[in-house]
Amino acid sequence: MPALREPGARYAPPRVSTLGLRALALIATSIGLLIVDYRHHELAWIRASLTTVAWPLQSAVHFPSAAWSWLTDAGATRAQLRKENEELKLTARNNQLRLLRLEAVQRENVRLLGLLNATPRDTEKSQVATILRVDLDPLRHRVLIDRGARDGVTRGQPVIDAHGVFGQVTNVSPIGAEIILLSDPSHAIPVQIERNGLRTIAVGTGDALRLSLPYLPRNADIKVDDHLVSSGLDGIFPEGYPVARILEVKRDPSQPLASVVAEPTAALDRDTEVMLIWLHQRVSATEALASQALAAPRDTDAPRTSAAR
Amino acid sequence: MIQHNTPRWVIWLISLAALLAAIIPLPSVIDVLRPDLLVLVIIWFAVMEPRAMGLSYPWCAGLAMDAIRGPSLGEHALTYVVVAYIAHRTYLRFRMFPLGQRCLFVMVMLGVQEALLFWIDGVMGHALLDWRRWLPMVTGAIVWPLVAGVLKTLTSKE
Repeated sequence: MPALREPGARYAPPRVSTLGLRALALIATSIGLLIVDYRHHELAWIRASLTTVAWPLQSAVHFPSAAWSWLTDAGATRAQLRKENEELKLTARNNQLRLLRLEAVQRENVRLLGLLNATPRDTEKSQVATILRVDLDPLRHRVLIDRGARDGVTRGQPVIDAHGVFGQVTNVSPIGAEIILLSDPSHAIPVQIERNGLRTIAVGTGDALRLSLPYLPRNADIKVDDHLVSSGLDGIFPEGYPVARILEVKRDPSQPLASVVAEPTAALDRDTEVMLIWLHQRVSATEALASQALAAPRDTDAPRTSAAR
Repeated sequence: MIQHNTPRWVIWLISLAALLAAIIPLPSVIDVLRPDLLVLVIIWFAVMEPRAMGLSYPWCAGLAMDAIRGPSLGEHALTYVVVAYIAHRTYLRFRMFPLGQRCLFVMVMLGVQEALLFWIDGVMGHALLDWRRWLPMVTGAIVWPLVAGVLKTLTSKE
């Protein structure tokens, strides 16, 4: 035994230790934290403060790639810059033309919505955010952005990029926020087929280039190259933003549901910048609808339901 | 092997490095294989210096991991405590194991951790059924000799 008892060696005491008890206490605390994090959003400050402490680490990891892209920008040659400038001018001109047409359409839309007595659903504000070059989890599609509560970001806020819907905010700290992408396996977004208005749900698959539409019956009117737009039924994503394009429709006669695969229009795996949007007017519109429904006298509702029966 | 007191700040510094290694951007092919170095560090200190840090160390480290990357707060804290507990309870046996058996045992502990994470994810509504989530368990066992070697060099007194 003396070989084991070298000087300076430290062993756990031979008597029964409180290790198991301490482990149990810590496990119980963790479970408490999990429950608080899951259910009690009013205690979100716990998470927010922890995330704020973690922020310097995440920024430190992001720093080298940020510095590299700054360096390549700074070291760009004149010819490169001129080429880029020309391309940008061209797109700006094209966009200007499209904008003119869109403005006309929007005016018409506002007028028509006015005829229908509905509130126009416009985005109130938008802000560009940079995605941090930080790997959170290879199998979960979540990213960090450099805008947080101090910029007015809130939980559940929709995020888009130049091509379509990108995802939504899941966690907010004062400085940054975490976004869950459309392609995350636990994300789902209510969509509508642009061509015929058929509503369904697009679920993430864990592959940034694939969304799945698992809830369509075999005889649903859906074709390859159909465009999917957000239906706005979840109250999170605004209505009518492009979400995906149908890639493949498989109808197996032995299955009641069709297997449909779509490709997200947003560049989920390539974006470095995304746009946060605020939709205060949409909220006020739903509030207005709700108050209207409340204010509606009951006797006008009753005959309608009985007539329907 | 002569045991000694590794100062706490060294342990925290090593843990910080392991924490950063968990979120450094990597090509996606390697990214799925990336082992959780922090849990390996925790196992090493639990086995080699069981008195240096109590169970609050793995708990705090797990909480830091949750804050930095976890979908839900507390899941890594819980699993790290469980792993550290298993390592604490078996450290005398673990030291007697030959290298291959140590790697296997590490893999078992990582498997327990991943199973717990899998279960918590499911309960919390972040279920992840992809089979690739079990890969870091294997790579963790493979890099164990390397991690153990590096930690031994870092903590040994000249």
